[in-house]
Amino acid sequence: MNSTTKVEGSNDERDVKVFTISTCGWCKKVKKMLKEMDVEYHYVDIDQLEGEESKRIKEELEDYNPKKSCPTMVIDDGEHVIIGYKEEEIKEVLGDEE
Amino acid sequence: MRNKEEMREYVEKDAEENDYYLCPDDDLLEDLIEGLVENEKRYGYPSCPCREASGTKTYDSDITCPCEYRDADVEEFGMCYCGLFVSKEVNEDPSKLGPIPERRPDEVIKAAEEAKGKGYDKKVVSEAPSVEEDIEVWRCTVCGYLAARDTPPPVCPICKAKAEKFEKFKGFS
Repeated sequence: MNSTTKVEGSNDERDVKVFTISTCGWCKKVKKMLKEMDVEYHYVDIDQLEGEESKRIKEELEDYNPKKSCPTMVIDDGEHVIIGYKEEEIKEVLGDEE
Repeated sequence: MRNKEEMREYVEKDAEENDYYLCPDDDLLEDLIEGLVENEKRYGYPSCPCREASGTKTYDSDITCPCEYRDADVEEFGMCYCGLFVSKEVNEDPSKLGPIPERRPDEVIKAAEEAKGKGYDKKVVSEAPSVEEDIEVWRCTVCGYLAARDTPPPVCPICKAKAEKFEKFKGFS
């Protein structure tokens, strides 16, 4: 089973993955911002996982963010990790991709 | 199970009683209230929308809204972890809303994670972590209300006396 969802976008130079919680307002803000920036990304709602997949994805998240808080955005396999809705930082890292 | 309007009334009342304000970002406030409604539907109690719940009540009691960390977070950062409750200052300047560090101790997060999906039973209860071993108790000198927390509440929820009217409670003698 694969619970990761892909959101299409024309800005697809970077590999962007976001760990989210389905009920979290700040996670929604991050998704909305990426959509507005037309960035292609994948997200996974960690509260909706079960069994082995849950274990595997939580371990992956823990590698990037020991607190496992959401939203956690991982860019290019950890080259940048942005924890929380940090608007300026997201713009800085993903904004000027040409 | 409360609907969205009932949940809004619940948090509004709680904010008023404790001298807090609700999130000044209207879209975020809507999402947070919807998250509480959804969590109450899923788990039976309004667990924090921005934290992962274990689904086992004993392990989620500290993150059930209003969470145990709210008062300390509003005092230090002007907002609780999810931003539902904010201080007067943040209410007047919403640009101060933003991510704050997770105060919930790592060992509690880990214990809750391990309890996930296991359901509720006596064994789980006896293993439940205690997060308030050394907590202070504050007594309202006006009405006698007792509050177990690190700092006195900003306002007495019973008689509305200010924080300075509270003194450390040493126990009955």
